[in-house]
Amino acid sequence: MPAQLRVLRRRIRSAGSIKKITKAQELIATSRIARAQANVRAARPYAEEITRVLSALATASALKHPLLVERETPRRAGILVVTADRGLCGGYNANVLRQTEELISLLREQGKEPVLYAIGRRGVSYFNFRGRELAGQWTGFSEQPRYENASEVAETLVAAFTAGADDTAEGPGADGVLGVDELHIVYTEFKSMVSQVATAHRMAPLEVEYSENEEPVENISYEFEPDPEELFDVLLPKYIGTRIFAALLESAASESASRQRAMKAATDNADELIRSLNLQANGARQAQITQEISEIVGGVDALAAAGDE
Amino acid sequence: MAEMDVQLVAVERSVWSGRATSVFARTTEGEIGILPNHIPLLGALTDVEVVRIDSVDEGQLYFVVYGGFLSVGKDRVSVLAESVELRDEIDVDAARSDLDSADEHTAKRAKARLRAAGQPA
Repeated sequence: MPAQLRVLRRRIRSAGSIKKITKAQELIATSRIARAQANVRAARPYAEEITRVLSALATASALKHPLLVERETPRRAGILVVTADRGLCGGYNANVLRQTEELISLLREQGKEPVLYAIGRRGVSYFNFRGRELAGQWTGFSEQPRYENASEVAETLVAAFTAGADDTAEGPGADGVLGVDELHIVYTEFKSMVSQVATAHRMAPLEVEYSENEEPVENISYEFEPDPEELFDVLLPKYIGTRIFAALLESAASESASRQRAMKAATDNADELIRSLNLQANGARQAQITQEISEIVGGVDALAAAGDE
Repeated sequence: MAEMDVQLVAVERSVWSGRATSVFARTTEGEIGILPNHIPLLGALTDVEVVRIDSVDEGQLYFVVYGGFLSVGKDRVSVLAESVELRDEIDVDAARSDLDSADEHTAKRAKARLRAAGQPA
């Protein structure tokens, strides 16, 4: 029996040290959620303002910008997948990737060929392992994204989108680059501390909404410097950048929240495991003592019986 | 003197907002000064630009604005930017040494920084 006791004690020790790690991860994640949420809030004024400006601009100009107009025969669709750099966050990455697979098959049904762009080591290794080609990949900032990261991604995507304008069924058009005709993004929306949902959105062409009951927000005729078309050229990539940045921030908050929950569950499980292992170890120790006592008593009895003879 | 609401918003944070009497910047078309009751205007600023806000409470404020644009509504001015540097955040010595940089962009940035910091270039 001493062997069994030693094994149990070793398992208790290892569960204890794993618990320390998960507990630390949980605390880190908890502190990051608050910061991530603050970042989401801090980025909101800009996003609201740029949306307002763009709608003013869209009303003023004829909506002819390539980022606004649907292409006649979309062939290739770019998909930006936002995942985490690390695991240990429950179903966070799996959910995003499942959503991505759904989107991919949906696009295939519509006769569009998906082109994948991945953010985060998890997503990159997922696609690499399956031998899928990635048109672009970025890693190392999933937990604390900066705007520079988003604008770098946006640059690549907008360039691919622009290059896709002249593609034909036979191959790349005049510019010799095979671009994309649509841009989609898959990320995790941060609804609340307990609910984060993987969602897919189309970023480009933008969906222009004509709402009727909307109050006439600002029916002022703006002056433009430079003219509306040029302004559109400048602002739309920025807008895509902001959209990506907002998605990155939400994903970061979701990642931390998922990790906090997963690590809390792991810590609780470790506690439970340690408790039951302790019971077993105590039982084993008791059994060992009982056995030793009965052996001694048995030995004494045997000796006494031998002395009598 | 007439006043208007001015806000300076960067992507990652809201930098400054308050009442001001005038805003000076430069769009891709040229210098522009905005006083209260300006007609509604949307303008793209040059890549690196110094924006001056004459605020009511804090006097003249200088900011280096990267990739910004300007929207003027009724008695309201918003300057949106990819990033913004405050006067206090500018490293004057670093900017001065960058001034002769071969990279055109770095040199331009250094010049704007010095201008915003109120140092002779």
